[in-house]
Amino acid sequence: MKILVPVKRAIDYNVKVRVKPDNSAVDLTNAKMAINPFCEIAVEEAVRLKEKGTASEVVVVSIGEKACQEQIRTALALGADRGLHIETSDSLDSLQVAKLLQKVVEEEAPQLVILGKQSIDSDNNQTGQMLAALTGMPQGTFASEVQVEEGSVAVTREIDGGLQTVKLSLPAVVTTDLRLNEPRYASLPNIMKAKRKPLDVKAAADYGVDLTSKVKTLKVEAPAQRQGGVKVADVAELVEKLKTEAKVI
Amino acid sequence: MTEPLIAPLELPFQLFDVQDTETLLQRQRFSEHSRETLDAVLDTAEKIATEHFATHNHKADQQEPTFDGQSVSMIPEVKAAFDAYCEAGFLAGRADFDAGGMQLPETIMTACSGYFMAANPSTAGYPFLTVAAANVIQTFASETLQQRFVPPMLTGRFTGTMALTEPHAGSSLADIRTRAVPAGDGTYRVKGSKLYISAGEHELSDNIVHLVLAKLPDAPSGVKGISLFVVPKFRLDAQGEPAERNDVALAGLIHKLGYRGTTSTALSFGDNDDCHGYLVGEPHQGLRYMFQMMNEARLGVGFGAAMIGYRGYRLSLAYAKDRLQGRPTGAGPDTPAVPIIEHGDVKRMLLAQKAYTEGAMALCFYAARLVDDVHSLPDSEEREQTRELLDLLTPVVKAWPSEFGVKANDLAIQVLGGAGYTREYPVEQCWRDNRLNPIHEGTNGIQALDLLGRKLWQANGAGLQVLQQRLQQDLAQMKGEVCQNLSAQVAPYLQQFAELMTTLQKDLRTSALPVHLTNAQCFMNIFSSLVVSWMWLRQAHGAERRLAQGADSEQHADFYQGKLQAAAYYIEWELPLVSRDFALLQQTNTTCHNMKTDWF
Repeated sequence: MKILVPVKRAIDYNVKVRVKPDNSAVDLTNAKMAINPFCEIAVEEAVRLKEKGTASEVVVVSIGEKACQEQIRTALALGADRGLHIETSDSLDSLQVAKLLQKVVEEEAPQLVILGKQSIDSDNNQTGQMLAALTGMPQGTFASEVQVEEGSVAVTREIDGGLQTVKLSLPAVVTTDLRLNEPRYASLPNIMKAKRKPLDVKAAADYGVDLTSKVKTLKVEAPAQRQGGVKVADVAELVEKLKTEAKVI
Repeated sequence: MTEPLIAPLELPFQLFDVQDTETLLQRQRFSEHSRETLDAVLDTAEKIATEHFATHNHKADQQEPTFDGQSVSMIPEVKAAFDAYCEAGFLAGRADFDAGGMQLPETIMTACSGYFMAANPSTAGYPFLTVAAANVIQTFASETLQQRFVPPMLTGRFTGTMALTEPHAGSSLADIRTRAVPAGDGTYRVKGSKLYISAGEHELSDNIVHLVLAKLPDAPSGVKGISLFVVPKFRLDAQGEPAERNDVALAGLIHKLGYRGTTSTALSFGDNDDCHGYLVGEPHQGLRYMFQMMNEARLGVGFGAAMIGYRGYRLSLAYAKDRLQGRPTGAGPDTPAVPIIEHGDVKRMLLAQKAYTEGAMALCFYAARLVDDVHSLPDSEEREQTRELLDLLTPVVKAWPSEFGVKANDLAIQVLGGAGYTREYPVEQCWRDNRLNPIHEGTNGIQALDLLGRKLWQANGAGLQVLQQRLQQDLAQMKGEVCQNLSAQVAPYLQQFAELMTTLQKDLRTSALPVHLTNAQCFMNIFSSLVVSWMWLRQAHGAERRLAQGADSEQHADFYQGKLQAAAYYIEWELPLVSRDFALLQQTNTTCHNMKTDWF
C-alpha cells in the first residue's frame, strides 16, 4: 500500500512571530522554518504504518518555493521513502493546493493520503477536506487513531462531544489531530540516509491547474495585548461586573 | 511555547557568520555533509535537549541519586533522556562512517552539546564522559580492546568514566597509589581507590567502562610511571556480552554543591584481589594518553561553562523584562512601575553576562574549528601550525569561560535579587553547577601555570606566532566603523603585551622565574582578555557585515546591534582591567611570593 503525505513549510512553532510594519503579512525574513507540526504527525503515522508492514511506500509531497525541499528532507529523515517537490513562487490558497494534490493523487494512486488537519500559519483547516471532495475519496478528519484493515481504514475522530469512529473504504483521506502520535526525532544516521533518497522536482505550472488566488488578504494584525485580571471581593461584585463591565449577563 | 534554550539567531551567527563553518564541507572528511544536514543535526539536538533534558534539570538537582548499599537509583527521566540521546546517534556523531559514526565536524558537535549543556548539564555528563572514554580507547588501545568496548560505547549500551583522582592525589597525579600487576595471561589485576569519579556507578547502561590510571610494579617514579587500564564493571564473555561481575565496588556517593544529577563516586578496585584490567597501549604512557583526551575535554569544560553561564543570562534577561519595579528618575510615585531592565545598573549586569558568555562561546567555537582543522587540513605544515595554536589556546579555553561563566551566573542571581537567592528560581542552580568548572580537568591555577610556564614557549613560541598572524589578518579585514574604533582601543594593549613578552623572555631565565609563576594568573588575565577582545572583534565584524547588507528583518537588526554593543562593553569596560596585571608583572611584584605560611 502506498501512502501519500503532503507537508507544508511553516514558521517554526517556537518563533515569536512579528507582523510586518505595513500590516501586509507576518515577517518571515530569515525566520526559522519547519514542517508544520500537524504534517509532522502525518509523516510519523505513515512511517509507523510502514514499519508495521501495512504500507509499502511513503511518498512526501510539498508545494512552494525551493526551500520546501528542506522540509521534504526532514520527512525523509523521519522515514519517508521519496519526495516530490512541486515548485512555485506563488502564494497558494487551500483550494489551489488541493487541486495540485488531486493531480498528484491521480499520478501516484495512493491508497491513503494523510495530511495535517491544518497549518499553524494560516489555520484554515481546509486542504484535506477539499482534496477528498475533488478526488471523491472518503475522509476521516481530526484523527486520533488510525487502524488500517483489509480494504478500509477505521479513523477515530476528535469531535466536540468526544470521540467518533468512522470506517472509510480505501483509498481515503485522513487528517491528523495532535494526539494521534508523538513524532520521533530525525536521528543522525537517518539524516544522512535522507540525503540519498530520491526527491523529484516538478513545476506547479506543468500540472494544468489554475494557480490564481481566490482569497485576498486585507490586513494582518497582532492579537490585542491581554489585559490583566482583577480580583473581586465577593459573588455580588462578580455578578455586578459581569453585568456592567463584561456585559455577558 | 517555551523560551528557547539558545536564542534562535545565536548559533547560526556563531557558526556561519563569525566562523566560516561551511568551508569545512569542502574537506574530504566532511564532504558527505551539507549545510542542510548540519542544520538538521542541530535541530534534532535542540528538540531532544528541550523535550528530554531541560524538563528534569531542576528535579534531578532536587532529588539527587541515592545508594542503598546495593545499587544506585535516580529519577527515571535521566534514563529516558540518555536513551533519546543515544538513539538519535549523538554518541557516534564524531566517529568515522566505517565505525558507524557520522563524521560530523567538532564545530557542529560542540554546537549540539551547547543545547544539552544549557538544558541539563548533569544528565549530559553521562553521554559526554562516554564519548570521551570511547575516544581514548579508539585512539590508543589495541584492536581487540577497541572491538570489544568501543562499539557498545558508541550506542550507549556501555558508558564510560575517567578514573584519575585518588583520595590523596588530585592535581598531583604523579603520586597515585593504585597498582596493576600482570596476571600472566596478558591481563592485569588492579588494586586501589579512586575518588570523585563522575558517573562511576548508575543503572543507565548494561556495563560501565572505567579508564583507570595505575602504576605497574616496575614503574619509574613520577608521571612517567603511570599506565592506563580499561576496567569494566562486568567482564565480557567471548561474545562481548557483559558477564561476570568485576571486582570494582562503589564505596559511596559524594554529595556535591552542584551537578547533583551526575553521580560522583568513591570506587574501590580489587578489594578481593580479583579486579581485571586491560592495559591501554604501551606501559607507562597512560598520562600522555589521558592528556590527549583531556585537552579535548578542556574544550568541553570551557564550552559547558559558557553555556551554563549563557543559560543564567537568558533566564535573568527574561526576568528583567518581566519584573516591574521602581520608576525612572524624575517620574512621580503614581506613575506605573517599569520593568527592571530599564534601570541602568541592571542593563550593566545583563550586558556583562552577554559579553562574558557569548565571548566565551565564540572562543570555544574558534577552538573547535582548530580541532577540525588539525584533523582535516590537507597540508601537514598547516596542520602542525594549527596544532600549536590550539595547544596555546587550550588553557585559555578551559580557564576563561569557567571563570567568567561563574561570574555571569553570579550576576544573574543579582539581577533576580531576593528571588535569585531562592531555590524557587533556577539561577542559583546554574551558579552551583557552573562552580565545578574552574576546578575540574585541571584547576584554573594549573591552567595559568601551564600557559605561562609551558605552552607559551612550546616549539619556540610557534603558537603565539600563529596567533599574532591570525589576529593581524582578521584586523586587516575589519573595515566597519565600529570595528575600526574598537580595534584602535585594543591596539595599545597589544603594544603593552609585546613589551611584556620581551621582559618575560629575559626574566624566565633568571631567578625571577618563581615570582612570575606565582603571578601566573596575572598573565592569564592579560592573555585571555586580549584573546577574548579578538573574539569580540570577530563577532562585531560579523554583525557589521550583516547590518551593511541590510537584508534582514528588524528582529535580526536588533540582534546584530546587540552584538556591537556587547563588543564595545567588553573592550571598553573589561579589557582595561588588565592594566593592573601588566603593572604587577612588569615590576615582578613579590607580595604573594614572599608571603610566609606562618604569617597567615
